[in-house]
Order: sequence, then structure tokens, then C-alpha cells
Amino acid sequence: MNAAKPFFLTGQEPQRRLLTGWGGTAPTAATVVEPESPGELERLVRSLADGRSGASPALLPRGLGRSYGDAAQMAGGVVVDLTRLDRILGFDPVTGVVDVEAGVSLDRLLRVFVPQGWFVPVTPGTRFVTVGGAIACDIHGKNHHVSGAFGQHVHSLELLTASGEIRTLTPDATPAEFWATVSGMGLTGIVLRACLQLVPIETSVVRVDTLRLPDLDTLLEVLRTTDNQYQYSVAWVDMLATGAALGRSVVTRGDHASVEHLGDRADDPLAYDPRARLGAPGWIPPGLLNRLSVRAFNELWFRKAPRQRSGELQSIAAFFHPLDGVRNWNRIYGRPGFVQWQCAVPDGSEQALRGVFARCAAAGTASFLAVLKRFGAADPAPLSFPTTGWTLALDIPTGLHGLGELLDGLDRLVVDVGGRLYLTKDARTRADLVPLMYPRLDEWREVRERLDPQRRFDSDLARRLAL
Amino acid sequence: MRDALGAVQSVLLVGGTSEIGLAIVRRLGRDGRLRRVVLAGRPGERLDQAAQSLGAELPGCSVTAVAYDALCESSYAAAVDAGFAGEPLDVAILAVGRLGDPDPLTTTLESVRELARINYLSAVETGTLVVHRLLQQGSGALVVLSSVAAERSRADNFGYASTKAGLDAWALGLADAVLGSGVQVLVVRPGFVRTRMTAGLPEAPLSTSVDVVADAVADGLRRGSTLIWAPVAVRYLMSGLRHLPRPVFRAVAARR
Repeated sequence: MNAAKPFFLTGQEPQRRLLTGWGGTAPTAATVVEPESPGELERLVRSLADGRSGASPALLPRGLGRSYGDAAQMAGGVVVDLTRLDRILGFDPVTGVVDVEAGVSLDRLLRVFVPQGWFVPVTPGTRFVTVGGAIACDIHGKNHHVSGAFGQHVHSLELLTASGEIRTLTPDATPAEFWATVSGMGLTGIVLRACLQLVPIETSVVRVDTLRLPDLDTLLEVLRTTDNQYQYSVAWVDMLATGAALGRSVVTRGDHASVEHLGDRADDPLAYDPRARLGAPGWIPPGLLNRLSVRAFNELWFRKAPRQRSGELQSIAAFFHPLDGVRNWNRIYGRPGFVQWQCAVPDGSEQALRGVFARCAAAGTASFLAVLKRFGAADPAPLSFPTTGWTLALDIPTGLHGLGELLDGLDRLVVDVGGRLYLTKDARTRADLVPLMYPRLDEWREVRERLDPQRRFDSDLARRLAL
Repeated sequence: MRDALGAVQSVLLVGGTSEIGLAIVRRLGRDGRLRRVVLAGRPGERLDQAAQSLGAELPGCSVTAVAYDALCESSYAAAVDAGFAGEPLDVAILAVGRLGDPDPLTTTLESVRELARINYLSAVETGTLVVHRLLQQGSGALVVLSSVAAERSRADNFGYASTKAGLDAWALGLADAVLGSGVQVLVVRPGFVRTRMTAGLPEAPLSTSVDVVADAVADGLRRGSTLIWAPVAVRYLMSGLRHLPRPVFRAVAARR
């Protein structure tokens, strides 16, 4: 017995750490290891695999912790932080295919490749995600309606399975295993490296058209009819507007600018400097984001947007990653944290969207960030989130009274029209709804069973939702 | 697993027929996520009935009863094991307790010892077993039912109050010891709660119902609190009473 510690803690590993997702909710403790090389990681997984059956702790890979809920937590288990496996192993400047370790972030890829004239095929609202996480969550961006999700741009990947074996997966040779790992939430094994397709760009600037729209009908109509004219598209929606103004919004859409668009600014068309300008203060008064402050912000945001503006030149950071400009912006929600509720619903179920807007407005949900966009066709992954139609994402502080019931009601609206929630964002849905949201769940489970028969890979999310 | 809004999926109630304990389980069930409840209590009709009616109220949730007797130390380990069977345990509630002799001056040595074993020793021993498991698990909460009596004993409850004071002190220190481990220890100090245990006693000011206590516990779990009072107002009442000069307190206590 170690006399220096309270006796309760002697059974605990020294490197145990509390982990949460980006929302800062439901912290749990796990042993966090940070392997410096693929070899070290392989040895670790092998030593755990050799352990007596049942006695070994569960394993889970983790990247930069940008999943909002409990997807990258495994209470009592071993969480493998992959951010030190961040080598760029090769690049073909003719085809734009890059070979990277899974811990490489999109931030790093952009810094290295934008100046060479290449852009990542898909980027979410933050560039601080790893390639491994992007694959495991099959992330989408503002270009999903034309380019699809991240998995569609992966040529091949290396998966370290529970037995310690390294398998090379491709969509052609091993489609079942490949697509079960894409959007597999880290539960099929650990992605060690991947070959990605980058896309060529002439400049590091985006030509942006902005449109202010008075209500939901106009918004849906505009997005449906003209979205395919743009590579990138997203709408910010004021969730507190009611009545005739329900769904009033600001739509921003754009394309990578060509050198001609830059005019006299064309001397360094690929310059890229995405420095964060601000950090969130260390302490935030609880309840800073309340109905009044969010209402005031929304009013300002809506009014400051131009009714219509074309051809504005914005930097990549300003257009794609505005929130990355504030480090740790998630802290503005204070200690209780926040949840993000993101649904996808098919075309023809606009009534369900209207229901979500109406209920949120009626409840006075102080959703600071509400984003609506169109999704293109789904990819072959059984657990992939995007599917043709609409997606709506809401950030909501957890302190809101009656939030559980409100969100349960919204889940119902979504499931009833054949929609689903994004597992990467989820922190609170009901386990019994998951098979309804993901009808191919059993198909995915079969492949997982083959890759990890002893269920060595597990997560708080997987246990909470009985995946 | 507990979710971001504090909803839980599994509960172990030690003191499986405790009215406050069962009210807490029912309240946690209202979030619609409960799938496993283990009631640990003295085997018998009352325990079976509690399991049966709870099972009927919580569709899709398995409710099982296991033997637990506060006066039989050998029953503790198996009851705790049953709570952790197969999957993580989100919440364990220590709800075993008895009021003891209404006239503490006439009690026998046996009954004094029994009161200490039931209210204090069994809770501390069972709680230790539970916390070891929760620490291994890296998640979960231990709810300890203390009492406002832990804050100041009176002429008519000093035996009970002393056991609760001991348990309260143990649990509060434990809560601090496990900080940062993913484990929450929640100490609950209810005021006078109308239950079997207090039936026939004169009601104290701010007396309350089991549902108020249950709501407070659900809220404390959600917020990650360490110490809560139910109803909230008894916190301020007790903080006043605690500082009264002894003769004044004596007079106030005697007037109820």
C-alpha cells in the first residue's frame, strides 16, 4: 500500500485523466497513453491482447477531442491519444494524394499544403481535428452537397486491430471493413495512417456571396434551388425568432477564388496565416449565454449581415473556421458545458424542420449557434451520418430548464421522418432510437464482430447507446 | 453511462425498501434512460413487492432484488457485486437507516450498538466497497443519505444524529478525496421527511416529502454537487440553528 496516497486511490494508475468531449459534459477517467511511434502503439495493443481474456481494460483511440459528447472517452479503460503520430509520410504533387499518420490535424495539412496550392477535401467548422478522427466520424463540411463526406476522399487506410495486426483497408479490396471503419467511431480499431485526396486551389481566398433571408420558407427554397451553384454553402439561423420571422437567417456561400479574382492582391495568392486572435477568458460567469444575451447577439448578427452581397473575398480561416479564431471558445458556456444537437432529415420532411424551429423558439432555447445546410448523397458507410436532405445543428447550454424533455421531443420528430442524429455530436439521446436512426446498425455490428470479436474497443458513447 | 444532462442508466439501491431511496430511483427513471435497477435489501415480501411495482413502472428496465442485511457484513460484497454486474454502474444510493429508540436514555447496549451498525458502520463499509469499484470504473456516483440531524443533535435524537454525523463526515471527506477521479460522492441532508420511519412523530418545520428529496438528488447528480439539502430552505434554517447558543437551541428544540 502506498502511504503517500489516500488508500482509495492506490488502485489507480498514475496517468489516469478526466476526459470530456468538446461540450465539457459527463467527465470520466481513463488511463491516457500517448504513443510516440506506430511501433510503440502496436506493442501496447499486442500486450493488451495477450492479457487474460476479460482482465484487459477496454481500448479507444482519441484525437483532438472535438467530438462534442462522449465519443472519445472510455471510463476505466485505456485511451490512446494519437496526436503524437503526426508525420506526413509522402505527397504526390501530380495527383494530390497525401500519405499521413492518423494524428495529423487538418490544421497542419492546411499549413503545409495551402501554400503549395492544395486544400483538404472536406473540412468541418474547426481545423483542429485529426485525420483519424475525421475518418472515424466521417466528417462533413460546407461542401457535402457536392463533395460528400470525408470517407469518400480516403484512398486507403491502415487499421491496427484488437489482435495487434495491421490491416490495409481500401474501398475496393475490403469495402466492408473500410466502410465500417469510416464512421465507425473508433470501435473497429485504431487508424494508423491514411492516403487522402487533396483538391487543387489557385488561391487561399474564398469568394463569398451573402444573403439575408426573412423566414424559413425562403431559406429552404433558396438552398434547395441554388445551392449547387456553389462549392460551399451554409446558413446561420436565428433560433429565437418566432411568428413570421421563424427561421430568419443569413446564408453564406462561396467558391475558391481564382487568381483573376484577386486583382491587385495577387502577389501572393496562396498565403495562409490562420493565427487565433483571441482566447476565451479563464473564468466565465455562469449563465452568460442566456435568452437575453443570445437574443441580443442574434439581432445584431442578423442586422449586420448585408441583405445581399456578392464576391466578397474572405480568407480560408474566416470562411471555414471562424470559431477557431477564439481559442477554447467552448468555455463561454461555463462549467456546466453545452450539448450540440445535430440532425439529418431527408428531403420532403421540411415539416419536421419547421417543428424543430417552432419548439425551440417556443421554449426560448438560447441556441447561440444554429446552422442549417443541405446534404448530398450518403456514402456507403453503414453508420455515416449525412444523407440526402437537410442537416441542422444547434449548440445549447446544458443548464436550460427542461432541456432533456425538449431534446427528447426533437429526437422523436427526427426519427418519425426517417432522420437521424450525428453520433459525433450526441451526448444524450436514447439508446433505443439508434437502430431506428441507423437501420444498417446490425450490418456494421457484424463487421465489428469480425474485426474485434472480444470487444476490446469500447467507448462511453458505445456503452451509453449500446452500439 | 450517465449522459450530458445527468440521466442515468443503472442504479443500485442499498436499502431496497427505503421510501426515499425508491422515490429517487423513480425520479431517475423519469428521464427514460434507466435499463438496470438492483434493489439490495432484507429478503422478504416488502423487497419483492418494491421490485415488482418498480418493474411495472419502468418498462424496458430490468429490476432485480438481491439480499442485503446491514447487520450481516457477509452480505455486503455480493450485493455490491450485483450492482456492478456486467456493465458500469451509474449511481449507488446508500439508504439504509433507522431512527432508533425515541427515548435515547432508555436504550439498551444492544440497541445502541445496532443503531451504530445499521446507520454508520454498514454504510461506511458498503460505501467503501462501492467507491473502490467506482474508482476502477472511472465514473459513477455514490449518493449518501445523511440528515440535517448530522448538523446538530438534540435531546430526543442524539443516537441517530451521532450516526448520521459520522456518516456525513466520512462521506464529505471521501467526496474530496475522489475529486478528479470521475467519481462523484453526493451527500444529501434531508430535513424532516414524511415516511414510515417518521410516522407518528410530530412534524418539524419545513417538513417535506420523499419526492422533494428525490428531485433534489436528481438535480445534485446533474450538477455534480457534493452536498445538498432538501428542501433547500432547511440549509438556511440549520445554518441558523447551528449557531444558536446552547440554551436557546435547547428551548427551540423542546418547543416542537
